[in-house]
Formats: sequence, structure tokens, C-alpha cells
Amino acid sequence: MQYQEYTQSENNFEECTKCSICTVFCPVLQVNPLFPGPKQAGPDGERLRLKDPGFFDATLKYCLNCKRCEVACPSGVNVADIIQSARLHYDQTPPKLRDRILACTDLMGKMARPFAPLINGVASKELPRTLIETALKVDHRRIFPKYGSRSFEAWLRRRQKEQAAFPLQVAYFHGCYVNYNYPQLGKDLVKVLNALGVGVQLLDKEKCCGIAMIVNGMRKEAVKNATHNVSIIRKALEKEGVKVITTSSTCTLTLREEYPALLDVDNADVHDSILIASRYIFECLEKGATLKFRPDYHKRIAYHEPCHMERMGWGIFSERLLRMIPGVEYMPLDSNCCGIAGTYGFKKENYDNSQAIGAALFDQIRAVNPDIVACDCETCKWQIEMSTGYSVLNPISILAEALDTN
Amino acid sequence: MNANNQFDVIIIGGGITGAGTQRDCAMRGLRTLLIERSDIATGATGRNHGLLHSGARYAVNDPESAAECIRENMILRKVAAHCIDPSDGLFVSLPEDDLDYQKTLVQACRNAGIRAEIIDPDLARRLEPSVNPDIIGAVRVPDCSVDPFRLCAANMLDAKLHGGQVRLHTDVTAIIKEGNTVKGVRTHNRNTGEDTDFYAPIVVNACGVWGQELASMAGVRVGMFPAKGSLLIFAHRVNNMVINRCRKPSNADILVPGDTVCIVGTTSSRIPLEECRNVAVTPDEVTLLITEGMKLAPRLASTRILRAYAGVRPLVSADDDPSGRNISRGIVCLDHEVRDGVKGLVTITGGKLTSYRLMAEIATDLVCRKLGIDKACETAIHPLPGSEEGSYEEVAKKIWENPTTAQKVAASRLGSRVSRIRTGDRRDDALICECEQVTMGEINLAIERLEASTLTDLRRRTRVGMGTCQGEYCACRAAGLLAKAHGCIEKERADIDSFLQERWKGNFPIGWGDTLREAEYTQWVYKHVLGI
Repeated sequence: MQYQEYTQSENNFEECTKCSICTVFCPVLQVNPLFPGPKQAGPDGERLRLKDPGFFDATLKYCLNCKRCEVACPSGVNVADIIQSARLHYDQTPPKLRDRILACTDLMGKMARPFAPLINGVASKELPRTLIETALKVDHRRIFPKYGSRSFEAWLRRRQKEQAAFPLQVAYFHGCYVNYNYPQLGKDLVKVLNALGVGVQLLDKEKCCGIAMIVNGMRKEAVKNATHNVSIIRKALEKEGVKVITTSSTCTLTLREEYPALLDVDNADVHDSILIASRYIFECLEKGATLKFRPDYHKRIAYHEPCHMERMGWGIFSERLLRMIPGVEYMPLDSNCCGIAGTYGFKKENYDNSQAIGAALFDQIRAVNPDIVACDCETCKWQIEMSTGYSVLNPISILAEALDTN
Repeated sequence: MNANNQFDVIIIGGGITGAGTQRDCAMRGLRTLLIERSDIATGATGRNHGLLHSGARYAVNDPESAAECIRENMILRKVAAHCIDPSDGLFVSLPEDDLDYQKTLVQACRNAGIRAEIIDPDLARRLEPSVNPDIIGAVRVPDCSVDPFRLCAANMLDAKLHGGQVRLHTDVTAIIKEGNTVKGVRTHNRNTGEDTDFYAPIVVNACGVWGQELASMAGVRVGMFPAKGSLLIFAHRVNNMVINRCRKPSNADILVPGDTVCIVGTTSSRIPLEECRNVAVTPDEVTLLITEGMKLAPRLASTRILRAYAGVRPLVSADDDPSGRNISRGIVCLDHEVRDGVKGLVTITGGKLTSYRLMAEIATDLVCRKLGIDKACETAIHPLPGSEEGSYEEVAKKIWENPTTAQKVAASRLGSRVSRIRTGDRRDDALICECEQVTMGEINLAIERLEASTLTDLRRRTRVGMGTCQGEYCACRAAGLLAKAHGCIEKERADIDSFLQERWKGNFPIGWGDTLREAEYTQWVYKHVLGI
């Protein structure tokens, strides 16, 4: 008798045994009964949508794409990918103006930079925020990330020569946040890598990774960015010995996993060379490189592993780096979603759920009362800082701060 | 004898032929009773592809059947709209197939009145992306898929709405005769244990392959020549159009998209009548179905198989030829008064799912002639209950402002009858079957209005337990509702057991990979968690 050699389906939706573990781990389902849950929205719904696209359910927009369902799934089903794919393929309603504005982090950054002080000032005031809420349904309680007046790209470009002198080289996919809002993180990375004897190059005009476009239904734009990014990464990798390094867990996951899974953009040849900085640094240290830390550095640090870091299974690298710093008292936080999920938590209709999802994390941070919260994701940072008042730093920034450069 | 068990016509057999005949008789004003040994659509009706033939499949060899099919196809699209998915079909030629057959087929289709257009293989690949990319030719025909359970239930329901009575899970133990005249039937109800006699001047034998047995109770011989056909159900829809192989009808050359799954089949082998009740799919048949199916749509090779099942075609020897040399796939209506001198007995058999309505019309015409009733058949004009109003989207929009997926899916299953589901309450809207999105309201409707008394009955009416989990969660939830409706928990325990056994029977022949993993998981849930 002939058996099938293997069975496989799109995003493994058919490998689901309906065990419902994903449902238990979904943070949205616990606060929002309107969401059908990962199993129903994902593998169950997919069979129905294959029959008739009209069975698409608009409530799939409540999925925050944290991918905790995928981590929980014992059958290897890419539940969140199924849901986000369905939103991209079957949702007939065009993205709202607000969603377009939130999704175009690149364009917004470019436009805002020259007027950074003005925009930062306006966005921090109550009245303009209320106006924004009325006009665009962006929640007025949400605090916006500030814009920097000089881009990270411009900063690094001026240092190209000195960076090129290092024996080892990496290309850095800095992402929109580092470029427009928080160049300091990029500078911290350069400092740490330089200390390891690694120079940092820019990619050839990177574009936003596109995750915000993906989750806001802008497939065409996202594919354009993805195709561009994969081609410039490919070009950078052709230079011998270069890896592509990131400092944002979500950009990393998008570049590596979402491009092929959600956008059908093939990245198989570059996939393994895209690494988050903490993993790359950890590997350098494993190979024998050393870092020297300040003897006077003493901090109590609580590490929050972002959902997308957890999906990649890479939180361990950040943890090991932080624990390597002699003066750090390391405190792991429980595995929880902070609730913001990029642009999700900015939307008025999601704000309350977003805060409810993050509540457990916020409570634990307050109870632990650390000096700093460490986290590899910029939107987690906004959410935690806004909701707890504790300051959040990327593990790379903490490394840079603790580094003894004398 | 009293008025309660006196009818104008008693129909034996709750397949599509019996249900269709009861509907027709009831619409012509007769007092009708339908008796079924187990549940509706348990025989050949529920054990086929679910293909509403355009007739193209028969056009070359049996032009008469082909012409019948296309006429009925066009009628049923209108009167049974909510049971039918007008997907259209392709007849594809592979490199090893003779392209001349395509010409023969198209000519034969045209002669039979079937729209058959030769299309470019490229267009075929675009229309149906799952089709084998190596095809060298394609013909587009008006094939559809049909849900036989839904169709059968809708016919039964309409008969009831016209005053008909239905006795399911009821055996006919004897035919009551006076001399050479059939007067009625003696029955035994399996659920209640009651024995009852029912009387009518005409008894219609619509027992399909079991018609020979019933006829012999009346002392007449109907020669059935059962042929087993095996099929495989894949766990999701790979194709959205029916894909047929463009060659002389052979094994496993039709792939039909049916609701949330797709079905490839069939095989064909003659079996003795005694084996009809318990047919099993053999390993060789599974191999054959996979290898041939892959040629239609290569993706089947790596698509999870949900179940294997087999049905028995009620082939009958035409007219008076008991030798079986003259087997027909056409409709056979026997007036036993003329044929055998036994008054009051009519056998309607042969035919196919697509032509059930015509079979019912022919049988009812004969019944009416015998009863001296002059009333025209209206089953081709009046829509079945559920099919009166447009698409599921329109139906759902009329009831709910923003229909949920479960509500839209329910509307696609029940058509306009979806308005009868109790809804609005969190309990009524709670999902019993998550794979197929069946709510508690829909289950309760099937229990109250559609004569469902077991889990398997519920499955046929609502698709509960038909999804990829095969009853993993829904079986015990639905059993709870049945237990409540019947006020009996012990019976439901046994019911769960037999339901899961029946699910496993379909999993067993293809028990590997994810299907095995899932079955194993189901076993943990029921045995170790629930202790059943």
C-alpha cells in the first residue's frame, strides 16, 4: 500500500490537531471576547475561507500578531501567519487613513525630522492629542515616540571611513526607530561592536521592514519594501564575511520569517545571515572575543523578552549578555505580552485591551522595582515606559553603558 | 386500523429517492409516511462524491442519462440552491490521454444539450490553480457539487411541511398482504421498541440496494447488482471546480470540492448483496485513489486525508432480466401489479443522485395514476425549504447587521431556514463544532425540527463532527444537548461510543500522519480525560 510521503499545507494550517493550547496562550482572547481566538481565526477559519472568501471575519483585526500561539503550538502550525495572511488576502476594506499614517513609519520619520522639536512639543500636549484622537482615532492617552533632529544614517555616514578600518565588518539594518527616533541605540551598537573589533556599515538605502504595513493591510507597499530590502541585503552579503545585524526583534522576525510567509518574497539565501545584535555579539564572545566592563557599574535589571524574540527563541542571547556584565543584578520577567504590538495599541479601539493585556507585566515590573527594564523591542519600550514610568533600554545600550572603553 | 396509521402512500427508504418521492406525493396532496431503518441518507445517498452531474460523464456511453442529468442539474440549481455549489467542472486530458476522446466527449455533450466548451489549458490552469499543470486539454462543463445530506433533509422537511409523516430508526419487519394485494407494513421502532402496523393502498419501495430484500418480503424479485465504490476525503478544499479526467470513465477520475473538503473517487467492484451493509475500504483502493488522484491535482500527494469511505451503487437489472446481463444505470420504476401481479407495490430504483427528483416524479406519477389522482408534479417549480431567497450573504444580511463567520456559515448551510435558529443569546450562539462552526442554536434546531436523534443523525444535518477534528470536541458537547433533549444520559454515552467508532472506521484505512496523531489525541481526550 502506498502512503503519502509527507503532508504539508500553507503555514501548516492542516497540521492543527485542534488541541487549543494556542487559545490558552492568546493574550487577546483573555481581554477581548470579540476576537474568535487563534485556533478559530487561524486553522479553523482557513478551511472555511478556502471554501468561500466571504467567510472572512473582520474581527481578525484584533489579533496583535504577537505569535505566542505559534510558540505554544505543539504541531508547528504558524497560527498568526495564517491570520495575518488571511487579513492581507481576504479583507476587502481598504486601510483607513489613520492606519496608513501609522504604518508609514519611514515616510513619517522623513517628514517629521526637520520639525522634530516642534512635533515633539505638540505631540506631548494634551489638546493636540485630543484633536488627533477625534480626527484619526489614535488614542489620546498614548504617548508618541519623540523624533530626533539628526538621522542615524547621517551620523554613521560621516564615520564610514573610520568604520571601514575595522578588520571585521557587519551591515546594520537599523530600522525606522533608530534612524528617526532614537539614534542613540545605533550609536551604542557601533560602540559595542567597535570594542569587539567589528566595523559597522550601512545597507544601501534600507526601507522600513514593513511590519506595520503588513498588519495594516498594505500588502502592495509591504511587498515593495520587502523586495527592496532583500535585494540590498543580498548585495551586502556578497561582500565576504559580512552579516546583517539588527537591534529590533520585530524587524528581525519580519526580515527573516514574515517576508516569505506573508508576502511571498523569497529570502532563503539571506535568511540565516540576518541576526539580532545580541546573538551576533554572543557568538563573537563564544569565539573568543572579549569585552571589558566598568567596575563601577551596578544596576538591577529586569529583562522583558519581547514576543517576537520569544518566537525566534533568541531571548537567551540577550539574557546571557546582560548576565555577563559583572555589576548587573539580573531579574527575568515572566513571559507576558506588553500589549502594544506596534501600531495596534495606538488605535483608539485597541487602547483599553492593549493596557489590559500588559497589566500583568506592568504589575510585575512595579513589584520587582528594577533600576532599568531591558528589552529588545522599541514598541515594548514605549508601552512599558508609558505604563509604568520605568525606563527601558535595549540590552545593547546597557552593554554600551557598562563598557569600559579606557 | 385507525386514522393515525392509515395513509395514501407509504414510502420505504429515507435516501434521496424516498425523501424526494415523499415530497412529491405530499405536494400532490397525498397523506404520506416515510419509513427509514436508520437515518436519512445513510446508504448510497450519503456515500458518493456529492457531484451534481452535468451529464458530461455519461454523454458518450449513455446519452439518455446525460440528457436527464443536464435537465435535472438546471432544475436543481434553482429549487435546491442552498444545497448546491455551482462550481462548474473541467474535463482535463493528461499527456497519456487520447485527445480524440475530448472531441468525442464534446460532440456527445452537445448532442445531449450540455454546454461543453474546449478551453485553453492555460485558462484551465488559471481557473483552477490546483489542476495538474501538465494537462494538454480541458473542457469546461456545468458540473456542480451538492450536499446530499442537506438535499435529503430539505426534501424530508418539505414533505413534513406538506403534512407528511416520517419514522426514522424504524425497521419494516413484514409487508402486510391480503391475497396478492399489499395493504401496509409491519414496523419495529429501534428507539422506542414499539411495533406498529401502518396501512396504505400503495407502498413504494425506495430502498436502493436493499430493495431486493424488501421486494422479497412481498414475494417479488428485484435483481440488484451492487457495486462498491470507495472514496477519499481530503481535509480541505484543494480545488474549487470539479476536476474530471477526460477519458472513458475509470477509477478515481473525479475530484469534487464539497463544502470544506474535497473528495476523490471512485473505485468500482461488484460485491455480493450480503456485504452491502458493511463495506470497508481496502489498502489497494487507497493506493489507487491516491495515485490516480495525484494525476488530477498533484497537491493531493501532500494534502492530509481525513477519511476513506465506501458506498454501494444500487445497480439494477433492467426490466425483467434477472440474470444481470442487462444492468442499467438509468431509472427503473417497476409496477409490481403489472410485472408480478402483486397489487399496491411500486419499486423505484437505479438512477443517480442528480436525477432523484425525476425518479420521484416518475414514481409519484405512477402512484397517482393508481390512486386515480390527477395532479401535476410541482417539485421542479417550487424551491425546497431554505432555497427560497438568494445567496447566503443576502440571507444573513437580512437577519444580522454584521453577521459573524458562524452565522454566515450557518446561512450557507440552511439557506433561508437559518432564520429558525435561535440566536442572540450567548448560549445559543456558543459553538459546538469549531471546525465547521456549528452553534448550539443550529444543533437544537436539528434536534427539534429535523428528526435528529443520535450524534450521527446530527452530523448529517449540521456537519457536526465532519471537520478535521472528527468529533474530538464537538461529539461530547453535542451529546450533552441530545441527552438534555431526550432526558437520558446513559443512552448518550453509548451514542458517543458508536459515533467515535464510526469516525475511527473512516480514519482507519488512512491512519497515518496527522490523521493518526489527531485520532490518538481524541482517544486521550475521551478515554483519559472524560473517562468514556
